[in-house]
Amino acid sequence: MYKNIEVSKKDFDIKFELEKLCLANVGAIVSFTGLVREQASHGQVTAIELEHYPAMTQKSLEKIVVQAEQRWPLLGAIVIHRVGYLAAHEQIVLVAVASQHRQAAFEAAAFIMDFLKSKAPFWKKEYIAGQAEGHWVDAKDSDEAALAKWS
Amino acid sequence: MNITLCFFAKFREKLATQHELYTLPSSCEVQELLQQLAQRGGVWQELFDCPKGVLVAINQEMASLDSLISDDDEVAFFPPVTGG
Repeated sequence: MYKNIEVSKKDFDIKFELEKLCLANVGAIVSFTGLVREQASHGQVTAIELEHYPAMTQKSLEKIVVQAEQRWPLLGAIVIHRVGYLAAHEQIVLVAVASQHRQAAFEAAAFIMDFLKSKAPFWKKEYIAGQAEGHWVDAKDSDEAALAKWS
Repeated sequence: MNITLCFFAKFREKLATQHELYTLPSSCEVQELLQQLAQRGGVWQELFDCPKGVLVAINQEMASLDSLISDDDEVAFFPPVTGG
């Protein structure tokens, strides 16, 4: 199976990445892109800073992809997660999955995102317009709850 | 035995440190180490006396309260993750 798992400061080009999944026998590619949302409940987000645990991040993403591979007949998977300082509207994460038929690709992409959200060691700090100090984003209970449907 | 503690995100900032070398008399469970760190008081107590607010990884693998810590382990502490 084709795999590309990256943690990077650099931006990614969705079209360029998805072309890598146009492999033999692939009939379905599902991709998810996460962006820096401008609107937070407490103001306008100008940027975020993404911290991670370098020694663990790559390993944890690889483990999630292996789990997806064991559940669905996948032909390819790409996970790119950015770190560092990202302005509003910038791309944060790409998850793309290729399989012969659509159901496996839809489900595996959702599975990888749900596990990434609750298990991969990334932390967001938000900067709000008019506030000098950034603040750490709190984890949502709904993210942890999303894992229950895969058990 | 000696272990390395690592702190990330809010933990790194509030404790104003990223790493610490730490000595334990013998192998112990994660919850015992959490208690020891909480006993330092102040911001340590605030962060470590709160089992739901702290995630622990041993040698870059997620651990639980009863996971065993051994010599030379890298034990990382951080808040629930918020990537994606």
